Amino acid sequence: MDYDLTADQKLFRATTREFLEKEMPLTRVRELADSGVGFEPDWWRRGSELGWNSMIVDPAAGGDSISGEGLVDTCIVAEEMGRLVSPGPLLGTNLVAAALSEAANAADHAGVISALMAGEAVASWAVYEPRRGWSPWTPMVQATADGPDYVLSGVKDRVEAGDQADYFLVTAAGPDGLMQFIVPAAAPGVTVTAEQSLDLVRRYARVDMDGVRLPGTSVVSPAGSAQTAVNRQVQIAVALQCAETAGTIQRVFEFTVQWAFDRYSFGRPLASYQALKHRFADMKLWLEACQATASAAAHAAARQADEADELASVAKSYVGQRATDIIQDCVQMHGGIGVTWEHDIHLYLRRATVNRAMFGTPSEHRRRLADILGV
Amino acid sequence: MTEHATAAGPAGLEDVESFRLRARVWLAENMPRLVPGQNDSLEAMMQRGDAIWPRARELQRLLYDGGFAGICFPREYGGLGLTRAHQQAFNEECAGYEMPLALNTPTFSICGATVLDMASEEQKRQHLPAVIRGDEIMVQFLSEPRGGSDLAGVTTRATRDGDVFILNGSKIWSSGAYAADWALCLARTDWEAPKHRGMTMFLLKVHQPGIEIKRIKQVNGNNEFCQEFFDDVVVPASNVVGEVNGGWAVASRQLFHERNAVGGGSPYVSGGLGPPRRGPGTHALIDMVRATGQSDDGYVRELVAEAHAISRVQQQLISRVTDGMRTQQLPPPAAAIMRLFAGQGSTRLAEIGVEILGSHAVVSAGEAPGGHGGVVPPGGNKDGRGLDYGLSFLMRQAGSLGGGSTEMARNIISERVLGMPREYAADRDVPFSQVRQGR
Repeated sequence: MDYDLTADQKLFRATTREFLEKEMPLTRVRELADSGVGFEPDWWRRGSELGWNSMIVDPAAGGDSISGEGLVDTCIVAEEMGRLVSPGPLLGTNLVAAALSEAANAADHAGVISALMAGEAVASWAVYEPRRGWSPWTPMVQATADGPDYVLSGVKDRVEAGDQADYFLVTAAGPDGLMQFIVPAAAPGVTVTAEQSLDLVRRYARVDMDGVRLPGTSVVSPAGSAQTAVNRQVQIAVALQCAETAGTIQRVFEFTVQWAFDRYSFGRPLASYQALKHRFADMKLWLEACQATASAAAHAAARQADEADELASVAKSYVGQRATDIIQDCVQMHGGIGVTWEHDIHLYLRRATVNRAMFGTPSEHRRRLADILGV
Repeated sequence: MTEHATAAGPAGLEDVESFRLRARVWLAENMPRLVPGQNDSLEAMMQRGDAIWPRARELQRLLYDGGFAGICFPREYGGLGLTRAHQQAFNEECAGYEMPLALNTPTFSICGATVLDMASEEQKRQHLPAVIRGDEIMVQFLSEPRGGSDLAGVTTRATRDGDVFILNGSKIWSSGAYAADWALCLARTDWEAPKHRGMTMFLLKVHQPGIEIKRIKQVNGNNEFCQEFFDDVVVPASNVVGEVNGGWAVASRQLFHERNAVGGGSPYVSGGLGPPRRGPGTHALIDMVRATGQSDDGYVRELVAEAHAISRVQQQLISRVTDGMRTQQLPPPAAAIMRLFAGQGSTRLAEIGVEILGSHAVVSAGEAPGGHGGVVPPGGNKDGRGLDYGLSFLMRQAGSLGGGSTEMARNIISERVLGMPREYAADRDVPFSQVRQGR
């Protein structure tokens, strides 16, 4: 995270770190994985009491940030979760709560927003579709108008925390173009099927919608404004994701440097070999650069700056690639133990690899960046 | 993040936005504008030949008279005593104007900064105001023909003779020495002390009896680099910077400023946006993509985006590392992190340039002087700008060499930022006269 956090942000970071280290150490993450559980609702509710889900919600809808840049504050949580590869629907819940609170009809969503902020309900952005890459602006799910109602049909997949979510924010092709709807998981016609994930505790699901009938109030982004809303959600998703990845590489780098001091070969610590020192120097550079660009993307999105779309794609294209480079190098520094189930490093590599791929790969973000630059 | 510009600056200082607006008005009324489309990088300017130096002095004098010179230098030495945020605002306003970029490095960002930190009050008063007025151009006499990275192994000899020192030896890789007035020159004064404890830093007049300057032509035709030969050069003892035999402390500070400058983090760099870069930026690259009909090529589009991302991340990294050093969460050697990024980044940018331009980077339209197509003609390549990318590629490694090699940067990061064990040095704590010397 930034080197110039405010005193309040530092306090918040310390509180969050303490809670996570006590309540969700890596041993506990492994237990959840073994029992096939994504996260425990009660744990999520208690974490939410620290303010995890209320900082990017519009103040008019009850949101409250620490620094005035709520997304940056939420990135502190994401980064701490990255350090411990924590479970929990932080990204989806925050993204959906923010989108609902910024909707023209935010008042219609007040109940859902409150439940999300309190950690009593969980939401996720249903944006990927089967056999397609990252194309949030051109969904195949159809929304048909029927009197005052809309009827949704189609399939979403790779929906984060899909099997534990209470609400989905669904991108759909409406009669006049791109729209977004808030869809209760319990609505008739919605079928949720768990998918397999590379991450041990971040689970995904497929969401089939077969003639799901929704009232007009469930529109979050009407045609015309949905494009901007989706862009903003991409900014938020990328900022939170890059902050989390920054946390994972920070932690992996810390314990790998320590390993280099503690591990001896030929009577010398690994840290004394120039061939390895130079690799650590490169990793330190990439780590600082990842932190820098992740932070810049978060600040730009928080301020809703003109360059927020651009900086999101800059950050994702850089962090996505470099973070996994760093962790793979750290696996190499560990030797054979680095590719065992026993060693924790694979938990981090899993998280960073999933984050690299989701919400746009580095390549997909370079293509978007080329569009933004007007190549 | 960068130091945020606030409405009310630090006590007593003009706030950044008011300074910015004042600069905007003044620049529009006083500074010459660049021809639209003209490549305003320092590298492009350097190709205009020796005339760049007197022009830089004129432009600097213009800035000085207008009250916009030495923005981050203290007021008592002729500067404005303002903050990095003011300098940044000024740099943003300078786009489109002809600026004295040649004075930034090493004169302001390395030599001036080192004089400010390490020189005596009298030396500061003699040199800094002159530097800020554009009357004095400075150069570094550090590297020697026998040693690149092993700077502390200098063998240029300074022998005391009453009130003066007599210098003999040679220095090399000094940019623009032929046009400079004063040098910071590191020489050995005690051959029986271990190497770091027997050096002294001098302020040396560049043009004086006993100094011969030879220019070195680089592969792109640039001949700014120089080698100097000292034959019984006389330097007054009052020109010693810091302590006699304490030159390494001065040189270390100088190296810090050099890493900062090369990495793009110096507050004394004025008039240029962003870090120093090799080769043209994103917009020029997009123009070339269009000119070569590759706008619809997905791979080329990704390469342009990658090049742009490298430049943005470099700026973001500079802000972050600068914040880290300012708040003492990173030690000063962390400036090497910025330096290493500059090397890696410029390497990749050079690769991307030739990858996109392809054959246009190696054969271009336009007449080459004397049949030598491998150098940039005076005034730059007018018709064949593709060749600029080929030339940048030929010079690719310069970005990983100048200002301390990236290997040295990696040593510094691992040893002095991460605290890993120092490399074995055969000359540690050995009298320098007994240290084995190669060729």
